[in-house]
Amino acid sequence: MRAEDILNFSIRASTGYKFRTFLILIAMAIGVASVVVLTSLGEGARQYVTSQFSSLGTNLLIVLPGRSETTGGPPPLLGETPRDLTLDDAIALKRSSAIRLISPISVGSAPVSWKQLEREVIIVGSTSELYEVRHLSMSLGRFLPSGDHRRGEALCVLGNKVKKELFANQSPLGEWVRIGDRRFRVTGVLAKKGQSLGFDMSDVVIIPVASAQSLFNTASLFRVLVQASSREAIPRAREAILKTIRERHDGEDDITIITQDAILSTFDRILNTLTLTVAGIAAISLAVAGILIMNVMLIAVSQRTTEIGLIKAIGATRRQIMHLFLAEAIILSITGAFLGLVVAFGGVLLLTRILPNFPIVIPFWALATAVGISLLTGLVFGVFPAQRAAKLDPVQALSRR
Amino acid sequence: MIRLDSIERVFQVGNENVYALNNVSLKISQGEYISIMGPSGSGKSTLLNIIGLLDRPNKGFYILDDVNTTDLSDEQQALVRRHKIGFVFQFFHLVPRLTASENIELPLILAGMKPEKRKDRVKSALEDFRLTDRAKHRPDQLSGGQRQRVAIARATIMEPQVVLADEPTGNLDRASGKEVIEILEKLNKKGIILILVTHDPDIGNRAVRKISMVDGKILDDT
Repeated sequence: MRAEDILNFSIRASTGYKFRTFLILIAMAIGVASVVVLTSLGEGARQYVTSQFSSLGTNLLIVLPGRSETTGGPPPLLGETPRDLTLDDAIALKRSSAIRLISPISVGSAPVSWKQLEREVIIVGSTSELYEVRHLSMSLGRFLPSGDHRRGEALCVLGNKVKKELFANQSPLGEWVRIGDRRFRVTGVLAKKGQSLGFDMSDVVIIPVASAQSLFNTASLFRVLVQASSREAIPRAREAILKTIRERHDGEDDITIITQDAILSTFDRILNTLTLTVAGIAAISLAVAGILIMNVMLIAVSQRTTEIGLIKAIGATRRQIMHLFLAEAIILSITGAFLGLVVAFGGVLLLTRILPNFPIVIPFWALATAVGISLLTGLVFGVFPAQRAAKLDPVQALSRR
Repeated sequence: MIRLDSIERVFQVGNENVYALNNVSLKISQGEYISIMGPSGSGKSTLLNIIGLLDRPNKGFYILDDVNTTDLSDEQQALVRRHKIGFVFQFFHLVPRLTASENIELPLILAGMKPEKRKDRVKSALEDFRLTDRAKHRPDQLSGGQRQRVAIARATIMEPQVVLADEPTGNLDRASGKEVIEILEKLNKKGIILILVTHDPDIGNRAVRKISMVDGKILDDT
């Protein structure tokens, strides 16, 4: 029997029993659509969290002064450590080839005023590298200029919210603001950005690190952000940081290094597991669809007993009858899967309309598995009815009207 | 040529063995016209099923064209059925969702014949059986006589050596029954062996050779 004839015969048989075919298609479509939509949601959640974390900066290591041996509790703050992490420590880190950029940070709080307006704002002392390390972007002007970290220039960059509150709609560029007892010239304004790493980046003023240190009269740094030269270089960068600081701190490991990757990969794992779990639950509906296919195919076999007897009498072999019924089950599940994909794409499109900020993407592997599993269920659950059809005794089959 | 040699077919009913065929031997030559008659349960349909390779005997040999069919596997028997045997049933057994021409085409499809060739064959079969204007009709749109003509066209499309008809007129009125018998007799004149199982003595007596059966045995063979 020619393949196209098998296909044609099975399609005719499926369309000959419309209601039954309709039921199977619905079951299969629901199964496939739920697998695809649910995995898309899970995958979307994973991507959302991942993108939130990588907006902190890529290949980031965070060096904190002091060492926490135990987990829990806030990281040590200024002045709690026996030995400070100094600007020179930070500059020394630059020598390692595993490290691309460093950005020392010193933090304090001071009143910022312009004309009659004054606000208490968090002051971040840093360097031009912060811009790149933290993936900042400007809405106006320029960031701090690069140059000698030890030189404290009287320049500042305003956070978006600070600019609004002090300057409203006027351009602050070139204006002098007073921070504490000093005057700084505004060179730029940060673009809006969410909260990350503990501060709201719209509610800060960034000044050169040396200026901040003299403003707050301290030599120690709050932390040092280090960007490794690549993802693979992160462990090397970590070693290099530990080694350099140990040499500079009389052989003591008195810093803590947090890698962003560690946090990220933990979240990644949790969310992957979640996605798989949800997909697994959805896959149960595919199995249910498979059992429905088996049931309906069994009904089809008994409905068409005389037909099977007849085609046996006119020379169909067992194999041919197997093929005919298997082809029917597979055609039904492929069509159902296809409908399911259409429904899934529609559903995802709808969800992206409803939740525009949530990145919902249909992962390719979910498509492939959903379609693969539906084919497999069609095949597996189609075999039993097909065998039953093939084994029918033609004499008995034909003895019925 | 057909040769049955001491064929036995036993069915188990409860604890008892019922002999549907008891030591039946029969020789049929090319082109014969045979009717098998007998009361219900005399084994005539079983005999027909065995000749048609739909059933296997418990004992004995059945030789068709020098091949001992009792040795053949199910798959091989299916091939013999496909090429050498045509069936005509009392209830026509047409596939309800297929049109008349598609029903006639079915054996050719199973045999894997190319579509162009199939079309030609079906077309000439439709002409032979005066069904051309009914080609696109489904069985439920055909009269009994037309359905049986479709069934006969299907049974003969592979040009078999034997046509086995089990009460072919049992479900038809007199006129269409007579027409069907005449068609079958015309086929027999072309050299096909025609074996007819019937209750109706008027039809049975038209055959050249009349076999009557009782209790699984051949009572009379003239």
